[in-house]
Amino acid sequence: MEQFTGKVWLLGDDIDTDIIMPTEYLALKTINDMCPYAFSPLRPELAAQIREGDIIVAGKNFGCGSSREQAPEVIKALGIRCVIAASYARIFFRNAINNGLLLIENADLVKDVQEGEEITVRAGDSIRYKDKTYPISPLPQNLLDILEAGGLVRAMQRLNGKV
Amino acid sequence: MGQTLIEKIIARNIGREKVTPGEIVTVNVDRVMVHDIFIPFVADKFEEMGFSKIWDPDKMVLIYDHLVPASQLDDARHFATGDAFAAKYGVRNVHRSDGICHQLMTEAGYVKPGDIAFGTDSHTVTYGCVGAFSTGIGYTEMAGILGTGKLWIRVPETIKVQVDGTLPPNVTSKDVILQILGDLRADGATYKSLEFAGSTFDAMTVASRMTMANMTVECGAKCGLFSPDEKTAEYCGIAPADFKNDTFLQNLKGDPDAVYDRVLTYRAEDFVPVAACPSQVDNIHPVSEIAGKAVDQVFLGSCTNGRLEDLAAAAEILKGRKVAPFVKFIVTPASRKIYREALEAGILETLAEAGAMITHPGCGLCCGRAGGILTDNEVVVATNNRNFLGRMGTSKVQIYLASPKTAAWTAVEGKITVPV
Repeated sequence: MEQFTGKVWLLGDDIDTDIIMPTEYLALKTINDMCPYAFSPLRPELAAQIREGDIIVAGKNFGCGSSREQAPEVIKALGIRCVIAASYARIFFRNAINNGLLLIENADLVKDVQEGEEITVRAGDSIRYKDKTYPISPLPQNLLDILEAGGLVRAMQRLNGKV
Repeated sequence: MGQTLIEKIIARNIGREKVTPGEIVTVNVDRVMVHDIFIPFVADKFEEMGFSKIWDPDKMVLIYDHLVPASQLDDARHFATGDAFAAKYGVRNVHRSDGICHQLMTEAGYVKPGDIAFGTDSHTVTYGCVGAFSTGIGYTEMAGILGTGKLWIRVPETIKVQVDGTLPPNVTSKDVILQILGDLRADGATYKSLEFAGSTFDAMTVASRMTMANMTVECGAKCGLFSPDEKTAEYCGIAPADFKNDTFLQNLKGDPDAVYDRVLTYRAEDFVPVAACPSQVDNIHPVSEIAGKAVDQVFLGSCTNGRLEDLAAAAEILKGRKVAPFVKFIVTPASRKIYREALEAGILETLAEAGAMITHPGCGLCCGRAGGILTDNEVVVATNNRNFLGRMGTSKVQIYLASPKTAAWTAVEGKITVPV
């Protein structure tokens, strides 16, 4: 079973897609061009502080708002290993899975953990923080298939016999 | 056991008697919409996936609206990419300056009652106003649909919203949906379908229903549906006899014994003018509570409230009055058709005489791209659908979302005002 440990960035409830990636930067040419502006309306310094392997922990309704797929794409491009939120908005949820960004739903961790602390995730099983264990409920099989293929593009390439 | 509206639409689409909430099914897509911001990404993903043709090019509609007219040097690249994609794959339904995508999709007849449609924009839920299941998706899923014509969905549970009676004269459908959002909260209908029923909605115009369906995504809903009626048929260009003889459309309503996740019940007479206060759409307060707050700008427009009835309501208030001298009042009709109708009806003249700035149809100000963006500590009353941090300028702009009537009175008084 895949296991990883990462440092936590703690965010609140209703983190909307305009916060994750403001509209004014959406027409920049590449996702990497957009990365420095991630979360800028709320925490302009955050994007530069995130390191490869870090984990975002947030409250309810993470990713609410627009359908912009740049939101999960920049989070992944910044090096975030996974997002753990109390709940997700539906379009963001689909977009993240389609881009191979792991999302975990857990309503308790956000109440306990502090920013900067480390947590350990055992994919599909549980989260470990200090001496406490938080269970993870499994994703439906069709979503696991997309994640396992490495995202929807790879799944479609398979369909088209390109890989 | 009976079925809800969304269950009936999905069951028909996949050729089944009925479907159950929680089931994952693959639907056949009737129409898709892609707008200018996302077309370069859709085009890239489509080719990266290895597709060489669109499953049905006439089912795709490409609309330039968020970046029209271009305000930054890079914007024009999106139009060039879109045009090249349309030419290469035979897409004929391209709108380059006709208005906002969600207005055009029903106005130009692309979406009909009972259809299933997807768009690369969260406000795709708008087409629920005619009884279509429509919702927003990302550009990767859009590329997948363009190749296959199909998409998996989870059959949603339904929350029924029942409103009966007559709304007070200073209350519009915008106040009704804002109040419902305040009660459900920003995640209160996540993954679920909203179904509107009752005499208040029966009495509404299709345009007023559009305002409500448009905002259902703000409580996380997958869609917000109205049953089609004679007004819907007329708006969608369905002949009265055809509508009457279509048993599917005649039955496109929630059954009395359908199973609902929850039912919200209201008396229309109890609604008052409300506003969504900074910086969350579910931060709802009566306008009377915030009345007197000075404003710098008022915005009337968007896919939420840029229709003829909205402009007419404002013109009726502004006739013979002037916009307060220190207020910028920006009016954006939702489409070219509406612009021309408002022009012919003398509405634009009334608004211009009162001191409004009337702009081309498009998304510019609502999505914070162009045409009146604001700076720190400025206050705006706006008729669009989102007041998120930084949505219409800097993160210190205060955005109040309200009805066209509240907006018009506020423009006259220069401070937030309860409409009379």
